[in-house]
Amino acid sequence: MTDISAPAPSAGSALLRALKSFALLRESGVAMVGAGLVGFWILVAIFAPLVSPFDPLATLQPLAKPGADYVKGGGTFLLGTDLLGRDILSRIIWGSRTVLIYAPLATLCAYTVGIIMGLAAGYYRGWIDDVLSRLSDIILSFPVLVLYVIIIATFGASGLNIVLAITFASAPGVMRIVRGLVLDLRNRDYVAAAQTRGESSWYIMLVEILPNARGPLIVDACLRLGYVIITIGVLGFLGLGLPPPDPDWGGMINEYRGMAMSFPHMIVFPCIAISSLILGFNLLADGLREISLRD
Amino acid sequence: MTDSRDTILEIRDLCISYFTRAGEIPAVIDFSLDLRAGESVGLVGESGCGKSTVAMAIMQYMGSNGGIVGGSIKFKGRDLGELGDEELRRLRGKEISMVYQEPMAALNPSLTIGRQLMEVPLTHENVSEDEARQRAIAMLSDVRLPDPERVMDAYPHQISGGQQQRVVIAMALLSNPSLLLLDEPTTALDVTVEAGIVELVADLSRKYGTALLYISHNLGLILETCDRVCVMYSGEVVEEGTIDSLFTWPKHPYTHGLFGCIPLPHADKNAAPLVPIRGQLPLPHERPDGCNFGPRCDYFQDGACAPANVAIQTVTGTGDNEHRVRCNRWADIDHKAAIPQGIVKPPMDVGETVLEVDGMKKYYEVHDRSIGAMLSGESVKYVKANEALDFAAKRGETLAIVGESGCGKSTFAKVLMGLETVTEGAVRLDGKEIGNEEVQSRSPEQLGSLQMVFQNPNDTLNPSHTIGGQIMRVIRKFGVANTKAEARDIMLRLLDTVKLPRDFALRRPRQLSGGQKQRIGIARAFAGNPSMVIADEPVSALDVSVAAAVTELLMDIQREHKTTLLFISHDLSVVRYLSDRIVVMYLGQIMEAGTTDDVFSPPYHPYTEALLSAVPIADPEVEKRHIVLEGALPSVLNPPKGCPFVTRCPRKLGAICENERPAVQKDGDGHAIACHISLDELRKIEPVIKVPERQAAE
Repeated sequence: MTDISAPAPSAGSALLRALKSFALLRESGVAMVGAGLVGFWILVAIFAPLVSPFDPLATLQPLAKPGADYVKGGGTFLLGTDLLGRDILSRIIWGSRTVLIYAPLATLCAYTVGIIMGLAAGYYRGWIDDVLSRLSDIILSFPVLVLYVIIIATFGASGLNIVLAITFASAPGVMRIVRGLVLDLRNRDYVAAAQTRGESSWYIMLVEILPNARGPLIVDACLRLGYVIITIGVLGFLGLGLPPPDPDWGGMINEYRGMAMSFPHMIVFPCIAISSLILGFNLLADGLREISLRD
Repeated sequence: MTDSRDTILEIRDLCISYFTRAGEIPAVIDFSLDLRAGESVGLVGESGCGKSTVAMAIMQYMGSNGGIVGGSIKFKGRDLGELGDEELRRLRGKEISMVYQEPMAALNPSLTIGRQLMEVPLTHENVSEDEARQRAIAMLSDVRLPDPERVMDAYPHQISGGQQQRVVIAMALLSNPSLLLLDEPTTALDVTVEAGIVELVADLSRKYGTALLYISHNLGLILETCDRVCVMYSGEVVEEGTIDSLFTWPKHPYTHGLFGCIPLPHADKNAAPLVPIRGQLPLPHERPDGCNFGPRCDYFQDGACAPANVAIQTVTGTGDNEHRVRCNRWADIDHKAAIPQGIVKPPMDVGETVLEVDGMKKYYEVHDRSIGAMLSGESVKYVKANEALDFAAKRGETLAIVGESGCGKSTFAKVLMGLETVTEGAVRLDGKEIGNEEVQSRSPEQLGSLQMVFQNPNDTLNPSHTIGGQIMRVIRKFGVANTKAEARDIMLRLLDTVKLPRDFALRRPRQLSGGQKQRIGIARAFAGNPSMVIADEPVSALDVSVAAAVTELLMDIQREHKTTLLFISHDLSVVRYLSDRIVVMYLGQIMEAGTTDDVFSPPYHPYTEALLSAVPIADPEVEKRHIVLEGALPSVLNPPKGCPFVTRCPRKLGAICENERPAVQKDGDGHAIACHISLDELRKIEPVIKVPERQAAE
């Protein structure tokens, strides 16, 4: 009887639980493929300085086709070079950092705002719900691209503003999901039990309700992360992305699209990079949904 | 074995398994059954015993992961397993019909009832629209629905749950099937509605000569509807026989144990407490060697009951040559000798008044935003959930509030807990007014002194947190403990109190069974040393053997803490067993209040009389008068002007009942009846239930 540790989650047990959920992930083939793709890009982003063959900003040799010899060093441009002579592989590798920093950051911000709004709307109901729901209806009724263009054109193109714009446009969607889940969960007896022992509203929302909504939210977060990557790509393509010369996948496609007919490699490879990452997140979401439905 | 009547259904050595990721899980093992025309057989067992799987197998609806792995099901001599899809489709609905538990889920909400009923003859018999309609209307009047023409054009949501189930039964009988399967057809319904359905089913099967397979967990219902009964345990039939033989001489220790778990009229919480079956149902892949019931059986003998499997054998000496039991020791066990099993528990000392409810009213406003309502100026209506409640509860007493759904019992609990405030009147706990005090403004001691045990075991605990963490949070919140270590200590002791192992503290709710979750719910309610605990149907979602154990536990803890228990329930047999005083509610008003003996013997309120008659009693020696209420519960938005019960009352006097609220008549100390009929008249009513002396003396 003495070996019972305090039920409060310690760091060790949190790690154990993370490992357990990973073991669960292995039961779904789809999820494993997704996790593999995502994991690959995360590793690439972390070890960018080690794996990229060249400086992504340096002019080496313009218009080299994939596999062309690099005269000076005798090396090979695996994916060729661009108009300005920069190595495309290196730019894709460094570009993964941009995407994997801003996309999760923007998703996280959208979720934080959306969850708070959804919890308040679903739990309190009444006029709070009315105000928040109508507000989100208004935002959702705008075409998203127009929203992005307005926000970024007003505040200028920077990483922070991209996060801001995406948060503004995605939070209402998150709020809708959270609100729906809360409307169901708030009627559970354990919520009534918490109310009858005098817990504060925010304790009930955050500790009693939110953890039980995590299943659908994690799945949605994976999907949404994929959309945000597309969005960042689109913003780059529209010239509203990160200012040059930092490598940015969407920006690369935009820069070279005039050359697409003569030098397809310049946009094919960034496109593959974007697609594979989004595919990874989507497969992960599918797999997670499959697992969550299983028990 | 040969009978002059035709055998409709012949099941031989049926074995059914489900195939899951964990491997093959045998759900039904070695099941045999004969069903003759016009006969009704009950299939009884606790959840997970395989009774519904048998019904699904008869319908050949096994789902993708289930399959029949052995044996045969013959319907009128044809093996159902060998029929093709097309032949099965012609059989289902025409020759074999099924009635499910949830009537709302069985009816299509987007089609009128007439359309859905007419489909049956149109599909199976190629008749004209007119003839189909005529037959549907005739059948609706056969199931005693008032105004069948109107029901034909209604959508399912426009009629009540009891009426919906009648429609489903009508649908099942429309093609005049030879076999009707009923899977817990009344579990979702109120008792008085259930009584009507049960009577209807019995009458109809007599009228049409349909063979019935009635699946239920309720032995009392089986007694009222069936000729023979099969008791299932963990995938096997453990005992079968005629109703008389099996109910009078139950031979299998499990069957006998089940009867010990049901609060029959002679059970008493002090003198003859319920005897729960120890342990729990083994999971299908963890069944023991030999007799499945072995680990829970008091008569288990190594060698006789294990390791060899136990075959089913015929019982002699009961006058029923088809009484069979799956027990090797049935002849050695004398159940009658072992009767004084329960420990006699001392009665509770009743102390001073703890709870006082004084003219309490709770109205909800309903806003009608239609233009018509605005023009007529009646845009606000009131739902009178509680109307002038008056009663008190003393320390250590168990007070039951009885009533069917919609009677306002849950609203009253909400007011007590501070989730709602009263509209008028007062509620005092320990002398302090709490009716207007919302939960946020109550002090930790006040919160801890009034706690609640919830109904649904799957909902009562937060699935995201550990058991220990949840109990400790309650302890800290009520200010019982100041340090974490102290709180942990109390939490572990609470686990001991509810008889659960201490390492459950680290588990999460999904690793617990329903009964265990309910025990944790009880532990949580008693964490703050409450002076009063509200139990809202705490055992209605549990299996009988588990329910008995949880009920006993609840009362033991109550006795130990000298807590007042407010027991909210619709089940009069449980209420009779455990409560000292009873309040009967109908449509938000008190119909009758008094001690348990007062309420269960004349003079009765006519509603109490009907409730008493509606509760099925699993004892063939108890005589019961049958009273079936007509009609459905009136809408709370538009209650009758006079007595709320007037629309369904079989003893209605006349206009006075419709127009005037009945006065409360007092009969001796504390027994009150709100009825226009005089007490002397009511006293002349014969008792609804007659318990034979032999048991009453016991």
